[in-house]
Amino acid sequence: MDELLKLLRQNALESPENLAKLLHTSAEDVRKKIADYEASGVIRGYQAIVNEDRLDLNRVRAVIEVRVTPEREGGFNKLATRISKFPEVESLFLMSGAYDLLAFVGGDNLQDVAGFVSEKLATLEGVVSTSTHFMLKTFKDQGVLMQTEHTDERPKVSP
Amino acid sequence: MSGPKSHRSYVASHLRDIPRSGIRDFFEIVSQRKDVLSLGIGEPDFVTPWHIREASIYALDHGATSYTANLGLPELRTAISDYVKRGYGVAYDPQNEILVTVGVSEALDLAVRAVVEPGDEVLFAEPSYVSYGPVARFAGAVPVPITTTRHTGFRLTAEMVDAHLSKNSRVLLLNFPNNPTGSVLTREDTDAIAALAVKHDLVVITDEIYSELTYDGERCSIAAVPSMRERTIFLNGFSKTWAMTGFRVGFSCAPPEITDAMMKIHQYTMLCAPILSQKAAIEALKKGDADKDRMREIYRQRRNFIHTALNEIGLPCHQPAGAFYAFPYVGDCGLPSKEFSLKLLDEENVACVPGTAFGASGEGHIRCSYATDLEEIKEALSRMGCFVRKLRGIRE
Repeated sequence: MDELLKLLRQNALESPENLAKLLHTSAEDVRKKIADYEASGVIRGYQAIVNEDRLDLNRVRAVIEVRVTPEREGGFNKLATRISKFPEVESLFLMSGAYDLLAFVGGDNLQDVAGFVSEKLATLEGVVSTSTHFMLKTFKDQGVLMQTEHTDERPKVSP
Repeated sequence: MSGPKSHRSYVASHLRDIPRSGIRDFFEIVSQRKDVLSLGIGEPDFVTPWHIREASIYALDHGATSYTANLGLPELRTAISDYVKRGYGVAYDPQNEILVTVGVSEALDLAVRAVVEPGDEVLFAEPSYVSYGPVARFAGAVPVPITTTRHTGFRLTAEMVDAHLSKNSRVLLLNFPNNPTGSVLTREDTDAIAALAVKHDLVVITDEIYSELTYDGERCSIAAVPSMRERTIFLNGFSKTWAMTGFRVGFSCAPPEITDAMMKIHQYTMLCAPILSQKAAIEALKKGDADKDRMREIYRQRRNFIHTALNEIGLPCHQPAGAFYAFPYVGDCGLPSKEFSLKLLDEENVACVPGTAFGASGEGHIRCSYATDLEEIKEALSRMGCFVRKLRGIRE
């Protein structure tokens, strides 16, 4: 992966001036490359990684394994595209193995998610079965630990 | 009352004559302050990669609490042999040419003691790592620093070595990439220095602890130059490459006769390196390629950042090609290095080690370590910018 993309994935808030210093290039060059990535759809957006457990939201998140019948034309794509358009669906992946699609779903409470599964997802034509797992606690998300692990105990000066 | 008329020191005279480390003095001043932004730290800010720590935990869990063979665990020595062959192009026999030590610090001490006679001269480029002079003196040898300067990016050439040779010259100690300057040896200089070592029958001790952190140019070890292997002691370790300073584990590679001599001292003074550290080291060598590449990339980007930023705030700095130190010139700010560092600490709470801690030829410089989180580097550089502008304002 391009170094600029790697740096943005670590910290999307980094200024073009600082990115330029890290990459030994000019800020104009960085701005142009970012604009190109945005225009071509490589960069899909920028988000903060939030530890929701630290907020008093009581939101509910679930992982749903979905088994579907592939269509003769379009395979899994048509149905997957349809499912991914529901706002409740945060992420959706086509999987190998015992089920076909893995959906990450969020809602304000248990009923929200249960309602989405029973009324919307399970009733779609082509969905054979669903298996819902509710998440209890987040330890790590998108490569980021939710608890700071380590305090710097190095001596302040060393040879 | 009767008693001794004057106090007799119980400390051996050859130790009394060795001055305290400049780093130690500076450390004591810094440690009395709170919330210091430090660019003075000579060790990685990364925590040892989890799988390496986990290998040590697993070993402890399974009762690995014993001594090991004096030379080190056979599995580790075999892994070191493979690593050095693959990465540096020199083959060493794990049976009798590799010694696992308590960090490169121990290996350096053993290497010097194994080859020098009292009065022999040990040559090394200066500014240099703080241990070289004292370690030579502990062994009864005479340190001969060779001054390198910013005008050539702290390059060491065969001509410079040649100019310092005498009939007592015995050891040439190399440390590239260099702490504190970040300079590296080019292939051309390595070959020329090797030829000189052969011509004058010098033993070369090459401390390549920072070699995995080489950002520009070709990485070449003098041990791999033809006819050098027989006279070279190659030192390396895990502290910098895999952020394992606290594990205290390093190694030396040298011909059997030298390894055996080093081993004689090691077996009576240290016995062996800690087994849990050796277990971690095996994991690092076998499964740690991706970690070292990842950390090298981050250091390289920080190197780019600090090099540009130092020059922008008006502290001229050559581009360091390796290690994790920048060594900017502060000599035109109107203060000697030590005063510059103390005033910077006092006024901006930023710690940079004065260049003179690395020998007299470090005057006019400070060492800025970028083994520090980027956000801290940014803030430190911004404060240093204010400080330098104030200094110059006062002077003008």
